[in-house]
Amino acid sequence: MSEQKVDAGRRRFLTVATTAAGGVAAAGVATPFLMSFFPSERAKAAGAPVEVDISKLEPGQKINVEWRGKPVWVLSRTPEQLKALPGVNGDVLDPNSEMPQQPAYCQNEFRSIKPEILVAVGICTHLGCSPTYRPDLAPADLGPNWKGGFYCPCHGSKFDLAARVYKGVPAPSNLEIPPHKYLTETRLLVGDDK
Amino acid sequence: MSKGQTIVENASERAADAARPGAGGKVLEWIDARFPLSSSLKAHVTEYYAPKNFNFWYFFGSLAMLVLVIQIVTGIFLTMNYKPDAALAFMSVEYIMRDVSGGWIIRYMHSTGASMFFVVVYLHMFRGLIYGSYKQPRELVWVFGTLIFLALMAEAFMGYLLPWGQMSFWGAQVIVNLFGSLPVIGPDLSVWIRGDFVVSDATLNRFFALHVIAVPLVLLALVVAHLVALHEVGSNNPDGVEIKKLKDENGIPLDGIPFHPYYTVKDVLGVVVFLIVFSAILFFAPEGGGYFLEKPNFDPADPLKTPLHIAPVWYFTPFYAILRAVPSFFGTQVWGVLAMGAAVVLIGLLPWLDKSPVKSIRYRGPKFKVMLTLFIISFIGLGILGAIPSTDVRTVIAQVMSFVYFAFFLAMPFYTKNDVGSTPVPTRVTMSTPARQIRFAILWAVTIIGAALFAMYV
Repeated sequence: MSEQKVDAGRRRFLTVATTAAGGVAAAGVATPFLMSFFPSERAKAAGAPVEVDISKLEPGQKINVEWRGKPVWVLSRTPEQLKALPGVNGDVLDPNSEMPQQPAYCQNEFRSIKPEILVAVGICTHLGCSPTYRPDLAPADLGPNWKGGFYCPCHGSKFDLAARVYKGVPAPSNLEIPPHKYLTETRLLVGDDK
Repeated sequence: MSKGQTIVENASERAADAARPGAGGKVLEWIDARFPLSSSLKAHVTEYYAPKNFNFWYFFGSLAMLVLVIQIVTGIFLTMNYKPDAALAFMSVEYIMRDVSGGWIIRYMHSTGASMFFVVVYLHMFRGLIYGSYKQPRELVWVFGTLIFLALMAEAFMGYLLPWGQMSFWGAQVIVNLFGSLPVIGPDLSVWIRGDFVVSDATLNRFFALHVIAVPLVLLALVVAHLVALHEVGSNNPDGVEIKKLKDENGIPLDGIPFHPYYTVKDVLGVVVFLIVFSAILFFAPEGGGYFLEKPNFDPADPLKTPLHIAPVWYFTPFYAILRAVPSFFGTQVWGVLAMGAAVVLIGLLPWLDKSPVKSIRYRGPKFKVMLTLFIISFIGLGILGAIPSTDVRTVIAQVMSFVYFAFFLAMPFYTKNDVGSTPVPTRVTMSTPARQIRFAILWAVTIIGAALFAMYV
């Protein structure tokens, strides 16, 4: 026994090899645990499109529908409200909707298919609160230049009636316009445009 | 036999009795041969020598342990009636409050305990800050402590989702979305945390698991590490004098007294006063005026409607105010998130930021004292601003205070260098004087009145 010499290089190799093999095994074992944190198949399947009847929607009125657990606003804008929109082009961050926050068919002046009907995901692009609909003109808390829009109570982000974000607020982009289409004149499908 | 002889005999018998271990002593011997019971007790309690000049600030370490025990015990009993299911959670909390015998007080102990945890931990951390307890050789004590603070924040955040009220839901929505603002991985990361595309049943269920098992285990392990590290290097004290430098012939520090009975008795006083305050809150203001349990949280979570004013619970508001104060630029709001993270990380780096040759504020120069005063003002100011809706003026104040917060840490290597006061550091610890006690009372009064005035007029 005393004749045997310690082969330090061999020991080091075996230690490193064992550690490496153990590390790979540990990473492999960790995978299912980490993957289990992602949405389940059921959660992914819950994103089915929603049908909305807009026949009773009055001009100036907004209704909320739930799609993928998020509020989707359907707002019928009055002719006056539409006329005021180009007036704030200078105050909004992305007046021509160049950021990919809407389907191609909504990249227009009013960010909508029909000019008067706005369909938008009512989740602030800052940190996910749901902004409040504030159609009142020049209210005390929002200042004399307020032409109607949406105000986020969490961090004060402001959006106009085309859901375009104002400059100088925490939210970095316009509200998202979900894919949608009209099945008939008064029936809207949110979540599918094919 | 004379009377004297009898006494002598009895005395020698008694001496022999004392030498022979009794039944209890035998059990202890048996255990000690197999488990270091007596030696551990000696090392950590009866012969752990702590400096003899501990003051008011030294109550909060043991109080933090007490609150941890309260949280664990009440938490175990709450899980017996709580249902971690989005459809049932809110009603199960109401059930605990109304129908379970004693349920209301167990729940209020847990919710008030969360706030008390942060009260004692913030005071405990402040103690370390003013007496330089994080300085060499106690760096790891401080690092473990910072990790405990971090784990505590995670624990409190996840616990707040469980009642599934409006604030639970929207608070979680905002905080999880913070991760979504990180570049590249952000959006997927926030989906991964939630387990869904919005805060949902999946989120509630996993937060329950993390809040009840995972984080408490981490917390307990960190508390053990914190104490082991502390007992290795010994406690600091208000003078920042190393008591181990001067020892008597038995190797006992001249300025040290055994933890038991001296500090166990002192801590019992702290526990009694703490429990009086705790009970007063529990019985007369369990919601803490809407700051311990926020009013919108008495409405069930509604994913379609955000409450008009949302704010985190008071103990997160300083960091939340920093988040709000940083504007978004280059088309992303990640900067505020990074600032908020950095605000916590910097606390852990204190041992390496502070270049001062002395530990305690008593022997530091004017530069540190000025910076510390500004820091206290900013921290409390941010805490108040984070709890109220923002306006243009308040945003500017929050930005100035955030700047001071970071300047306190980042400029520390410069202003602490050679910043020594007129009194030299003594070789032995000093005891409290009436002048110090009066100054202590005045500083507390100024802080409280100042904070109240700021909250009223800002």
